[in-house]
Amino acid sequence: MLYRESGQFKKTYSADMQVFPLREDRTGIAVILFIAAVVIPLTGSNFFLSTVMIPFLVFALAAMGLNIVTGYTGLISLGTGAFMGVGAYACYKLTTYFPDVPIVIWILASGVFSAAIGALFGLPSLRIKGFYLAVATLAAQFFLEWCFVRIPWLFNYNASGAIEVPTRWIAGIPVTGPNATPMTRYYVILFIVVLMTWIASNVLHGRIGRSFMAVRDMDIAAELMGIRLLRTKLLAFAMSSFYCGVAGATMMFLWYGGGEASDAFNINQSFIILFMVIIGGLGSLIGCFFGAALLHIIPVMLKFGLPAIGIPLAGATAEHITYLLVGGLIILFLILEPHGLARLWQIGKQKLRTWPFPY
Amino acid sequence: MLYNVLIDPFVQMAGAPDLFVQTIWEGLVAGVLYALIALGFVLIFKASGVFNFAQGMMVVFAALTLVGLHEKGVPAWAALLLTLGVMAILAIAVERVVLRPLVNQPDIILFMATFGLTFIIIGLGEFIFGGEPKQMIAEELGLPQGTMRFDVLGGKVLIQKIDVAAAVIASLMIAALALFFQYTRIGRALRAVADSHKAALSVGISLNQIWVIVWFAAGIVALITGIMWGARSDVSFALQVIALKALPVLILGGFTSIPGAIVGGLIIGIGEKLAEFYWGPLVGGGIENWVAFVIALIFLMVRPQGLFGDKIIERI
Amino acid sequence: MAETSTLSPGEIMLKVENVSLRFGGVKAITDVSFDIQKGEIRAIIGPNGAGKTSMLNVINGFYHPQDGTITYKGATRAKMKPYVAASQGIARTFQNVALFKGMSTLDNIMVGRTLKMKSNFFWQVFRHGPAMTEEIAHRRHVEEIIDFLEIEHIRKVPVGKLPYGLQKRVELGRALAMEPELLLLDEPMAGMNLEEKEDMCRFILDVKEQYGTTIALIEHDMGVVMDLSDRVVVLEYGRKIADGTPDEVKANQAVIDAYLGVAH
Repeated sequence: MLYRESGQFKKTYSADMQVFPLREDRTGIAVILFIAAVVIPLTGSNFFLSTVMIPFLVFALAAMGLNIVTGYTGLISLGTGAFMGVGAYACYKLTTYFPDVPIVIWILASGVFSAAIGALFGLPSLRIKGFYLAVATLAAQFFLEWCFVRIPWLFNYNASGAIEVPTRWIAGIPVTGPNATPMTRYYVILFIVVLMTWIASNVLHGRIGRSFMAVRDMDIAAELMGIRLLRTKLLAFAMSSFYCGVAGATMMFLWYGGGEASDAFNINQSFIILFMVIIGGLGSLIGCFFGAALLHIIPVMLKFGLPAIGIPLAGATAEHITYLLVGGLIILFLILEPHGLARLWQIGKQKLRTWPFPY
Repeated sequence: MLYNVLIDPFVQMAGAPDLFVQTIWEGLVAGVLYALIALGFVLIFKASGVFNFAQGMMVVFAALTLVGLHEKGVPAWAALLLTLGVMAILAIAVERVVLRPLVNQPDIILFMATFGLTFIIIGLGEFIFGGEPKQMIAEELGLPQGTMRFDVLGGKVLIQKIDVAAAVIASLMIAALALFFQYTRIGRALRAVADSHKAALSVGISLNQIWVIVWFAAGIVALITGIMWGARSDVSFALQVIALKALPVLILGGFTSIPGAIVGGLIIGIGEKLAEFYWGPLVGGGIENWVAFVIALIFLMVRPQGLFGDKIIERI
Repeated sequence: MAETSTLSPGEIMLKVENVSLRFGGVKAITDVSFDIQKGEIRAIIGPNGAGKTSMLNVINGFYHPQDGTITYKGATRAKMKPYVAASQGIARTFQNVALFKGMSTLDNIMVGRTLKMKSNFFWQVFRHGPAMTEEIAHRRHVEEIIDFLEIEHIRKVPVGKLPYGLQKRVELGRALAMEPELLLLDEPMAGMNLEEKEDMCRFILDVKEQYGTTIALIEHDMGVVMDLSDRVVVLEYGRKIADGTPDEVKANQAVIDAYLGVAH
């Protein structure tokens, strides 16, 4: 009753080609944006904002990046962590040299650097695919990880061997560094995520998105239709790495604040993001948010939730259980619903359309 | 600069041949271990078409189980048998829980399922036996200890006895596997399954049984690899990064070739040790972690089908 | 495409000369020559493994022959990248349906418009301005094709879920969306029942009539081939054994031997 498409006729192609053709969906998005922009900052504690919401948005952005190359273009990448790292270090260098430029601009610009590196490591994708490509992207992962440790210029020769996030102001309000409030950081990252989700949705619904999916579903046919494989695959890698790079920069500047940085971009990070994409749904933007939410909430619940309700759990054990749960979830999802939470969401919407008279 | 990269390392090699031989030997041993991981992998890929990302973790898991059981007071030989049992259970569990429900799914789905398996194995191993590094019980298992010294080209080369043992055991195991594949009924069935699942099914070969056998065989290979490896360094899941190096080995050797796995393992092992020792210092060292992957990457660009593979013809 | 209108019906559009193709030691095509005239339906027939599909792959640049040349619209080439072939107006369908299974019918056919789309990344990012105008214009064209092929009802269904016959039809639609001058059809009627075959024949003839498209066709159903095509070339074991009108080919002794077998 609440969610119906009957009575909504499309009279023009542009109306039919909207991203959300249904009025109810558009209302839903508006409500979600309202909650994200007003309700959560007003009601959420600092702890909630900085431990749950900010990481969730960072992961969603990274998952979106990986989904572009893996979910939409069908190229498995295990280098996500490293591409995030490129963004973080690029942002650090940029803001070191030009401290007066607003940090948000540098966060977005750092994506350009990871896009370039991503396209470079995407080059082998022309000749190889599947498992082989996965191994090739591991080369990027390990090589870049090595660079982050061995090239001290990247972290400004800090004694800690890691990025130490400086305080940067926008309009007199500290946005990064130790003085920035979780609320400010939350708003900045929310702005970035909303902007980039909108752009991703635009690109993926148009010609470029269609070429990505064509390459994914049947690359030879796509080539014979006039899609240039190398160009399309490199674009997918570049765009994907752009998103990952921005995610890495936000991770370092708006979430971590530095210090514990050196292993933030390791192979396990790549896996976690890949798992978010699988569980959320390959080839679905909304799935990125679902996957990020689920996989980020599990460890947080185990770490903080269980002790809060009186079940003591050592930190290490919580980590081991997280591994078990996440691995199990992956296999469970691949068996039961290879298209992830996004498909479950669609099925739910379908049910709602016909509710309460499904026959 | 060019001199440092192109000439100096070779001058060093010629200047100190004993060091050179030593480096080659180190690489050889590492290569044997990589080859062993790759071997377990090839077994599974041949028979079930699954790119088992978790093979490296199975190695660590097997070693961890062995050591963990011994720590709990089980005698070494009993621990060895129990670990074999655990690997058998693992094989059955994988077949029941992962392979059977996912049969006929695209390869890439099964590939991703083994990522999940990797995490489960890590979580399980650390949950039961704890995350801290452990010592391999090499002595209790009767493996030779100590080192041997050889005079080579006017210098000394140190060789760990355990490494020699590793090379010998690895060769024996590969020979045994080859015989098993070639001359037994199950071996023949395995080869049939490797060629075509459907055709094998149609002549009455039980896929499920074959899969359990193959995964168990890979488990045994993993256990032996784990013992050898554990004896050279600590046993912990930090070995993950090293275990992943079996992947470039596979790229070189091809996914279905046992000789390929061995030759690829040796090339990668020796190549990365030489690179680390002679070229590593130029860029600050620690390049061992990625050299193998870069070698594989360059190789892929030139010969995507692997050392012993046939040229790929795309059809439509 | 301006330069394309220079060809009038009956002129030679594509000429294959002495083409040989080998995979290692296997000879797929040996020294084959034939031509395709503007506006005709040209059938390529032959027993399984005769090299028919390989011939199409050579024509649209997917395989590169070791010997011989291909002349298309007056330009001779030894090898060509598939996307160049596509941009010069060669489109095709595939023996085993090669649709983009995860995408809807509409999106599949829209992919066929890719080469006609010009708006740059900048406008794609905003999905406004030129990008949107273009998107709508092409959508209109695609809807015409959907009408033409009578597949309106499956417009938004993912093609992986469609029955085989409809998939073949969508594939034809995707090729038509490229507004090809030369359309290569690889067994468009394989595995269809009689009714579906009749529909498909009708579409092929309509394409020829309405769009003036030149068509090269591989088909095993001899009734269809003899009815539809203007000229037929027959391959066996990678060699050409006959070439001519359907009636000539039917009477050719070598063709009869190839299909019925010959007493040794």
